[in-house]
Amino acid sequence: MPGAVVPTVRIQAEDFDVAVEIARMTQGRADIGAVVTFSGLCRDEAGRLAALELEHYPGMAEAEIGRIAAEAVHRWPLQGLTAIHRHGRITPGENIVLVVATSAHRQAAFEAANFLMDYLKSRAPFWKKEHHTDGSQGGWVDAKEADDEAASRWKQAVPKRN
Amino acid sequence: MSTRLIYFAWVRERIGKPQEDVELPAGIETVADLLRWLKSRGEEYEHALQYPDVIRVAINQEHVEHREKISGAREIALFPPMTGG
Repeated sequence: MPGAVVPTVRIQAEDFDVAVEIARMTQGRADIGAVVTFSGLCRDEAGRLAALELEHYPGMAEAEIGRIAAEAVHRWPLQGLTAIHRHGRITPGENIVLVVATSAHRQAAFEAANFLMDYLKSRAPFWKKEHHTDGSQGGWVDAKEADDEAASRWKQAVPKRN
Repeated sequence: MSTRLIYFAWVRERIGKPQEDVELPAGIETVADLLRWLKSRGEEYEHALQYPDVIRVAINQEHVEHREKISGAREIALFPPMTGG
């Protein structure tokens, strides 16, 4: 039923378990035909990076991802939507972000997950600072223009559902 | 009425504090006015807000444009473009 899906949004320091999050959304249901997950992990940048420090704006981080998730639920016929974003110190190989979208058919789940990630990257109030393995001063990661462009392509791409 | 200003990432580092409560002088009506006023408050603000166009702003935890009016804002956050995900 459109409009009845309430997205789950969590901002946390601790890691998440992808399988647990999928199970949470699918257990006891027989109406879900597609589960799409996206996990974003911390890279080591060819050995250069020791860790990322993720700063966030408490309160607004939840609110903004909640607004983006609500928009996704409005645009696509989803059965469920979960977004989890970590903050604090994260080392290479660790999870940073998770999006899980469930729907009756795959297209809605793929597109909603993609949309959520594109908007999250340019609008969710998080900032990454690099810590280097050689002890040199790391800096704040620069925002990529490509991320803004990725978000803007959704402005025309999908008509809103009524 | 005082307004809480909150800073993040390199804006926070350059200004040298995470937040402060300020009394906005008369005539500060928009976000752009606020940035111009803040920039005149000292070297650290000048350094942080040297290129005001790149500064992103949220009023009461929602993104706004620089032309937005700030009347009634309890909390105004200033930060660089976001790099989450």
